[in-house]
Amino acid sequence: MNITVNGKLLDVQHGITVQHLLHELELGDERIAVEYNKRILETQEYPSVLIEEGATVEVVRFVGGG
Amino acid sequence: MEPLTIAGRTFRSRLMVGTGKYNTFIDMRDALDASGTEIVTVAVRRVNLDEREESLLSYIDLDKYFLLPNTAGCHTAEQAVRTARLARAAGLSNWVKLEVIPDDGTLLPDPVATVEAAQQLVKEGFVVLPYTTDDHTVAKRLLDVGCATIMPFGSAIGTGQGLPNPERLKRIIELVNGRVPVVIDAGIGAPSDVSLAMELGADAVLVNTAIAKANDPVEMAKAMSLGVEAGRLAYLSGRIPRNEVASPSSPQSGLITN
Repeated sequence: MNITVNGKLLDVQHGITVQHLLHELELGDERIAVEYNKRILETQEYPSVLIEEGATVEVVRFVGGG
Repeated sequence: MEPLTIAGRTFRSRLMVGTGKYNTFIDMRDALDASGTEIVTVAVRRVNLDEREESLLSYIDLDKYFLLPNTAGCHTAEQAVRTARLARAAGLSNWVKLEVIPDDGTLLPDPVATVEAAQQLVKEGFVVLPYTTDDHTVAKRLLDVGCATIMPFGSAIGTGQGLPNPERLKRIIELVNGRVPVVIDAGIGAPSDVSLAMELGADAVLVNTAIAKANDPVEMAKAMSLGVEAGRLAYLSGRIPRNEVASPSSPQSGLITN
């Protein structure tokens, strides 16, 4: 199924959780934040939130800035 | 130097340092170390899915530095609030350096949207450190909505023009009158600018470009730290007033005459 992650169309398997998606994207260890369909998730929600077809996911991290 | 307290949290250094624009993360790490800073700003951005990028946080010891996420790049109050919430969700703290800057190339803050966003974020329990203009009425509004600092610019971000309007900053410092720290943020070019900011009575300064883009960021970071210290000591010592008329430093009596 198709979802949009950070503005990019991705084909992922049905029934995937946010945690699984982050693992696929190799973001497991980083300090990140996730917005799922405009709702910011708590870290403890990652394993339980199932990603639906057409979902929009934003994954952010800290970068250099002033 | 006596410690700086922001929202009940105490810091030994009065220099905040940004993490943007360094040539390498190693340069950044070494400059942060040389600066003696304890508060470092970071930005919040989408993870790049096309290309793996090294993590900034691998170079920042979170036991040593307090991370202050900013909302740089946000053009509206709504975007800034969303970014602040994301930063908090990353789990480091509820502090945010609030920036709302219209997309007009000036990098000058939108004071109305900044106050609006600050009000919302304070209501949501954030410790808000707003980047603002050097307008004292805007500073008053930010104070009224419960911001933890006031951060007026010296001059526009990245210009290195220093403090062309020190009297405006002084008015803000007097208006705030110690209720929260005043941090001069942006436009710093040299340690003399930093020192002037502290001499005016600012509680701290934030420097990024002037360190990151110096030929030697590590030595410049040290110089900025000394500038902060010199300016703070001078402020506490009480500088002499400016006089129109010259007065000799040596005695007028006991001169050798013919």
